[in-house]
Amino acid sequence: MTKEEKYTLAKWAMNHALENGAQQASVSISNSQSSSVEVREEKIDKLEQAIQRSLYIRLFVDGKYSAHSTSRLKEQELVRFINEAIEGTKFLSEDEFRTLPAPELYYKGGGKNLESLDENFALVDPKEKIDLAFKAEKEILGTDERLISVSCSYYDGLNERVMVTSNGFEGHSANSHYGLHTSVSVKGGDARPESSWGESSIKYDKLKKDGTGTTALKKAIEKIGAEKIESGTMPMLVENRVVGRLLGPVMEAINGSSIQQKNSFLVAKLDEKVASNQLTVTDDPFIVGGRGSRLFDGEGLATKKRSIFDKGVLKCYYIDTYYGKKLEMEPNGGSTTNLVFEPGNKDLDGLVASIQKGIFVTGFNGGNCNGSTGDFSYGIEGFLIENGKLVKPVAEMNITGNMMKLMANIGELGSDIKTDSSVRTPSILFNDVDFSGL
Amino acid sequence: MKVDRRNFIKTSGMFAAGSVVLPPFMQSCQNVQISADVKSYLDHFEVSTEMLQKVIAAAMSKGGDYADLYFEHKTTNSLGLEDGKVNRAYSNIDFGVGIRVLKGDQTGFAYSENVVMNDMLNAAKMAANIANSKAEFKQGDLSEKIPQDYYKISQKWEDVSVKDKVPFVQKINDKIFSLDEKVIKVNAGMSDETSYVMFYNSEGRLTYDYRPMISFYAVCIMQDGEQIENAYAARSVRKGFEWLTEELVDELAGEAIDKTNLLFKAGKPKAGEMPVVLGAGGSGILLHEAIGHTFEADFNRKGTSIFSDKLNKKVAEPFINIIDDGTLPNDRGAINIDDEGNDVQKTYLVKDGMLNSYIHDRISAQHYGVEPTGNGRRESFRHMPLPRMRSTYMENGPHTTEEIFAAVDYGVYVDNFSNGEVKIGAGDFTFFVKSGYIIENGKLTTPIKDINIVGNGPQALADISMAANDYKNDNGTWTCGKDGQSVPVTLGLPTVLVKKMTVGGTNA
Repeated sequence: MTKEEKYTLAKWAMNHALENGAQQASVSISNSQSSSVEVREEKIDKLEQAIQRSLYIRLFVDGKYSAHSTSRLKEQELVRFINEAIEGTKFLSEDEFRTLPAPELYYKGGGKNLESLDENFALVDPKEKIDLAFKAEKEILGTDERLISVSCSYYDGLNERVMVTSNGFEGHSANSHYGLHTSVSVKGGDARPESSWGESSIKYDKLKKDGTGTTALKKAIEKIGAEKIESGTMPMLVENRVVGRLLGPVMEAINGSSIQQKNSFLVAKLDEKVASNQLTVTDDPFIVGGRGSRLFDGEGLATKKRSIFDKGVLKCYYIDTYYGKKLEMEPNGGSTTNLVFEPGNKDLDGLVASIQKGIFVTGFNGGNCNGSTGDFSYGIEGFLIENGKLVKPVAEMNITGNMMKLMANIGELGSDIKTDSSVRTPSILFNDVDFSGL
Repeated sequence: MKVDRRNFIKTSGMFAAGSVVLPPFMQSCQNVQISADVKSYLDHFEVSTEMLQKVIAAAMSKGGDYADLYFEHKTTNSLGLEDGKVNRAYSNIDFGVGIRVLKGDQTGFAYSENVVMNDMLNAAKMAANIANSKAEFKQGDLSEKIPQDYYKISQKWEDVSVKDKVPFVQKINDKIFSLDEKVIKVNAGMSDETSYVMFYNSEGRLTYDYRPMISFYAVCIMQDGEQIENAYAARSVRKGFEWLTEELVDELAGEAIDKTNLLFKAGKPKAGEMPVVLGAGGSGILLHEAIGHTFEADFNRKGTSIFSDKLNKKVAEPFINIIDDGTLPNDRGAINIDDEGNDVQKTYLVKDGMLNSYIHDRISAQHYGVEPTGNGRRESFRHMPLPRMRSTYMENGPHTTEEIFAAVDYGVYVDNFSNGEVKIGAGDFTFFVKSGYIIENGKLTTPIKDINIVGNGPQALADISMAANDYKNDNGTWTCGKDGQSVPVTLGLPTVLVKKMTVGGTNA
């Protein structure tokens, strides 16, 4: 579908809703395409291709609200779809807080090019994509007798979306991604440790096209012999790649819905010190080539740069139009864009060197966090650090504690910011973490 | 994205803030009233057997060994309650056909959201590319297969108005508020799903399935002084509107209240290895994580599972029988056919302590030279099938719960979980305990909450030293994730003792 076709259909659907009982409406139409190839044992194991389209409509009917999506985009079927949706909505309870955003908060165009799209998406030779996966496999096939299994994937995708609302918003966005990913299993005693490594990019030219195989193999071999050690309270260094998973509950806790529903350990903590001085985080939607960059959010609100933590002080909740009204707060966009952590001075080696005895966590295994209290417990794997050196792999252990205390115990942030993710974090050192093992 | 290699399970319905929860708002988007015969499914998808054969021929045009077509039309309707009112509804319609071509162990896959000839042929040609020779293909003789009927219902969700569902969601809110003065918020919701599936393959098999599902949940948030806690109760089954009753509302409300109240008194156990008693029911998560995923034959075929060389070997005490079952009546994990058109079985994974069978899809069954077990499942027509669990449980053992508790000096008892995960190769698995108790000298003492338990699959299975005679199936909203695909499952267990696992806690 072209952009114009999407706009035409979206406006038709919106007008149909407005003419048939809705007082306000917003419609998005998305289309996407993706392909992937996975190779094993020098053969293509899986080849997948997909083309997808969908319509998403939000309806405001007599003070009541509902939202609906469908992959059936023929006008004739949409007529019934929208009519049924409007009729159904009338049976719900009224919700005075449900409205479209105030028009003055909408993105009105003129933003800079965030380089989220590879204009040459359609031009990459399919054969070259398959070859990339084969090359990744070749990097390591036959290089180590402990190797049991190698799977290498190439994948790419293109997403395009237009959105219109009945109080004046029109916007479109498009983004692309490319990636290479290698998973490796090796034999080590009874266990078959696995590891993987991926590279990804927005533009094909920028994709790092080698190294996933060798890196994945190296990481799998490092895990051979992993075992739990004595339980104890120790410093924990968390690798930049997995910090996002550990701190996910913190971002959940400052979401408007969690705050308003009291499902947050950060209720009524705005402008209070909730973390160590070391923690400064900004939400920056305007990074050129940033993975989370965008000019407007899911409601059409213009994005802006937001300070989230400033030297440990909580500066911002994520507020959309609905929870803004419920909480009597100004909406600022309900979701994260790029989370930019202010880096420290030491690189990863420097951080490891600073630890007498502790654990370098490189992966999590299950676990969860209680949203209202911040109590958490996660399975971990990684390496024991002794006298500033990685000594041996560890696994089958847990960390347990409370998010408030964990944030207060941030000792130091590294300088190794990860930039190929919307969570732009360095490795982080936390003090006094409870590990369970033997 | 192809990077999600995590294998995990979770219960949904806690805080499905806006994105997941959906209304029978939508009925089927065609006007054909569907009945249980092949003809009405062909009409529903507006295709003829000649069209199916042409698409299969295109899929096989490059020399594939086998091809199949998976037509699906799924309607989901959800209602949500927040701040005392049923004030939101979501619905989704998904429709299309997935086309798969196999060449040995290799898979080509594409789908089309339109079931008109041209679009289906294009998708078939894309999938065909997994093979690259010219070969004569002979269609299998058309054989209609009438599926089993493991989920008989009387009132289809498509025929139920929003108006008739709203009161149940409202009542659960009102009931929870009436039970305890500490309640400050309730989140509740209901989601019903109706899925029509039709399957045709190059061997000529033509079959179909009608899959209803209903999930109902309530989250209770309570405050006592400064402390705020929440817990939820949820059920999910393949049943019709007749399933919703006042008794069910009362049962869920009471459970949400009890679970939340328990948390105010709960603390943390000591960190480290200790005996773990798993209560009957939801503790089946142990089986799902410790052995279920690692028994999935795609991992074993590739040699990446820690159980890869354990077939027909002793893996547990002789009184242990573990089953993966797609035939439990009205169970969330039941299917009349699997998503590769195969009959569904009750499959013994462990029989008398021996590893009896892996969990197979078509590719792995062929690889191992065994009959498919009916475990080939997929999230939707947009996905290719993989070996997946259905309802995974353990049969009763020879012990009593009293004997089991008496065997523990210091350990934990756990019976309420939210999620788990496993590393297939290392065999390390975890599950997250929402609440339980410390056991001291055979007695339940202090309540505990929010701790992760980690173990190693083969070790934990071998360490199940006692099993009681109180098996229970858990019909919560369990959803299993693998390779980025989610499918509904259930699980169950009698009370068992695992000699030791590593329990999250404090080192004070």
